[in-house]
Amino acid sequence: MQPTADMQKQNAGSYDLVYLKQLESESIHIMREVVAEFKNPVMLYSVGKDSSVMLRLAQKAFYPGKIPFPLMHVDTGYKFPEMYEFRDNYCKEIGANLIVERNEEWIEKGAHPTRLGNDKCCWYLKTQGLLEGLRKHEFDAAFGGARRDEEKSRAKERIFSLRDEFGQWDPKNQRPELWNIYNARINDGQSVRVFPLSNWTEFDIWTYIKVENIPIVPLYFARERKVVERKGILIPVYSIDTVDPDSKVDVSESEITTMSCRFRSLGCIPCTGAIPSTAHTIDEILAEVAAAKKSERENRVIDLTSDSSMEQKKKEGYF
Amino acid sequence: MAESKKTLLRFTTTGSVDDGKSTLIGRLLYETKSIFEDQFAAVEKTSKKRGQEEADLALLLDGLAAEREQGITIDVAYRYFETTNRKFIIADTPGHEQYTRNMITGASTAELAIILVDARNGVMTQSKRHGFLVSLLQIPHMIVAVNKMDLVDYSQQVYDDIVDEYKRFSQKLDIHDITFIPVSALKGDNVVERSPNMPWYDGFTLLHYLENVHVMADKNLIDFRFPVQYVVRPHLDFRGYAGMVVSGTISPGEKVLALPSGKTSSVKEVVTYDSNLKEAFASQSVVLTLNDEIDVSRGDMIVRKNNLPTVSNHFEAILCWMDEKPFSLKTHYILKHTSRSVKASVSKLNYRINVNTLHREQADTFHLNEIGRVEITTSQPLFFDSYKSNQATGSFILIDPVTNLTAAAGMIRGPVKELDEVIRIAHQDEHGRRHSSNVTWQGQTISQEARELRNGHKAAVLWLTGYSGAGKSTVAKALEKKLFDTGCQTMLLDGDNIRHGLCGDLGFSEKDRNENIRRVSEVAKLFYENGRIVLCTFISPLKTQRNFARSIIPEGRFFEIFVRCDLSVCKRRDPKGLYKKADRGEIKDFTGVSSPYEEPGNPEITVETDLRSVDEIVEEIIDKLIEAKILEH
Repeated sequence: MQPTADMQKQNAGSYDLVYLKQLESESIHIMREVVAEFKNPVMLYSVGKDSSVMLRLAQKAFYPGKIPFPLMHVDTGYKFPEMYEFRDNYCKEIGANLIVERNEEWIEKGAHPTRLGNDKCCWYLKTQGLLEGLRKHEFDAAFGGARRDEEKSRAKERIFSLRDEFGQWDPKNQRPELWNIYNARINDGQSVRVFPLSNWTEFDIWTYIKVENIPIVPLYFARERKVVERKGILIPVYSIDTVDPDSKVDVSESEITTMSCRFRSLGCIPCTGAIPSTAHTIDEILAEVAAAKKSERENRVIDLTSDSSMEQKKKEGYF
Repeated sequence: MAESKKTLLRFTTTGSVDDGKSTLIGRLLYETKSIFEDQFAAVEKTSKKRGQEEADLALLLDGLAAEREQGITIDVAYRYFETTNRKFIIADTPGHEQYTRNMITGASTAELAIILVDARNGVMTQSKRHGFLVSLLQIPHMIVAVNKMDLVDYSQQVYDDIVDEYKRFSQKLDIHDITFIPVSALKGDNVVERSPNMPWYDGFTLLHYLENVHVMADKNLIDFRFPVQYVVRPHLDFRGYAGMVVSGTISPGEKVLALPSGKTSSVKEVVTYDSNLKEAFASQSVVLTLNDEIDVSRGDMIVRKNNLPTVSNHFEAILCWMDEKPFSLKTHYILKHTSRSVKASVSKLNYRINVNTLHREQADTFHLNEIGRVEITTSQPLFFDSYKSNQATGSFILIDPVTNLTAAAGMIRGPVKELDEVIRIAHQDEHGRRHSSNVTWQGQTISQEARELRNGHKAAVLWLTGYSGAGKSTVAKALEKKLFDTGCQTMLLDGDNIRHGLCGDLGFSEKDRNENIRRVSEVAKLFYENGRIVLCTFISPLKTQRNFARSIIPEGRFFEIFVRCDLSVCKRRDPKGLYKKADRGEIKDFTGVSSPYEEPGNPEITVETDLRSVDEIVEEIIDKLIEAKILEH
């Protein structure tokens, strides 16, 4: 059962707000500021666990009203089938207005990390898809679920992150951000990426999913999956055609093992590996995250191309 | 402890380059197992590439390519770790002077600040500057971590000297809770585990202190303030005001008032997604519904009927300038305060503070990273409290209307003394200019202006400071007699007399001496507002004490009179036999013997009682008062 502020008060005999409630309250405050001050905000919805938490916070921020902005999923065409299914069902269930944007030109050209390289593929399908989506709908503010604990350049990110007309981030020239007063004023062409989960950690996200009973894509839970290992990353066999569409890599039957595994973070199939795990419940996931010796994005190929790959992508317009 | 019961502590760390800040944070993260293997491996790899033998933990913290290239921190980074009872958010801020704005960015949300001092270098200018910023931003708790103790042989003497020096300095500041801890971030002494190398230190380890410092007590739970962010109106039967309770508490049934309309109602429900609450308190985001249909929109503020903030469009503030483009008196900035944005101009620039010396300087602009005191006028009234009593309603930002960049951070000190305004307007009327001003001196039926007109002189506070035996009382008595004889309304507040009654409960500890001066200053202000020339004779050895008195009296009406006399002469005179007692150790904390006297830096008047006669000195002071237009010829 979720501890309400009232219960906590009785327990502590004071006005201490437990930290998850404090994080929640701050995120709600941020969302309300954005909706009040921008003309046309949108929430970037990637169907992952952070998106799920962000969506619940949006429901809370505007309750008993509806979420006053659409969700936009930038679809590369390479997401897991379970993600598409979850996305469509859940958005329908909660009555959210979902927009799906795809860079059709490059999807048709068969953009793929093995053909273009990770960085280029990401640029066309994710960054450009995102920027075109924002431009097409004239969104001036976009919520993103990125957190500062994910990656070292994200640790430097403001909550309101100013972007130029090309969606570019200039890390050396960020606006100072003081107290909880956010500067929402922008010039023509500029936009703002807003990160209401900035101060949350991976562990906070899972704890919140548990206490709030938030639905998530089943890929996060461990089950027996047939996998092969490539460059230290576990690839489920059922998606090997997506990982290697040109069949350049031989996969022999002897390499295939059946093991209990799950996905710690979700991205495009070709760049997201599974991790060995036996966590079938949120409690088990929490225990696993608490004991983890490696960071959350260990299974994400796109972060590993250089020491500043995320910073570079963000400079170009990635969220 | 269950995850859901942990509390949160936000702290900031700062120190000069190479004071070991990154190493300290790295140590905290490492010891609390918050560094992952793959992150550590990446750091090791880069360190090796650069020819460093050990993994350089600073690389873990510097998130930007440019920072790693230059090996310095440019911008704030946020780090997270937790222990069994707390979650911590570190705002890791750069210490360079040119990054003051980034330091303020990181410090503005902090409940505690760690200032690192390198034991080998002692207290540097930078360490003092950081202390000043902590004081300015009113961060409730401060730790001075004396680092690199391993490089000074864990010497208690070195540590004690640094503590003494920093304590002396910090007395000038408005810091309430300061803790000193000797550490070695590199070796781990006193960071998480108690150090066997410093058996002479019996305080907490750094982490223990961070885990146990009580921060909720710093919250303002008295003054209910609810800036309305957004009106929730899902259907005709529901109209709710969404916002955060930024201070105080509220329950259904309580009478409230909406600003600026002044309309009253009572709270019907405190609505949240989870359930309606019986009470909402500071830092909770909720939706309030009211029992009456009154007009409330974004930017308005809901408060308790009997506990109102100041409503004014003219106030004094401290500004920290954050824009490359210097401040301009001609620009109308956009001021964002809580959920309200208004046009604002700086109507007066009082002074700039030199952050290294803490001196006030004359200035007509602010450049990047400069700090100073101003008066601000806004196009519509704001509903505010002083920053000191309420951070949420006392802070604001200024936005450049052309570039839309955040140009300054502001902290409200209070409304501009409207008295000045009254006098200025009265002056202008004498010269034939008509003003239809709605400025009134509230709470007084007879204005100070009227009293001054009848008295035939202006009100003023003459603050005589100097050693015991310097002649303050002698000068003050002779001066008062002279003023009385010429028909002036006077009041003499003498140190000894005050301590018989008003301040009879106070001793001579530093805290009590400060309180003594505070009370006297407030009394002086009341008599001042009554139109009198108030003479105050107090040793008031510390600048902060005298500056407090100065701060509550309008400029031009406060005269610090330094009664200068050589200490040896004072001791010879020793009219009350106090020096002899102090020398024998019978009086503790006696100024000039066992506690310091800070000479005034820039007093309005200096008189030298060992060189001039009392009559000459009285004439000197009278001349100055005529010059300052307090008295007429």
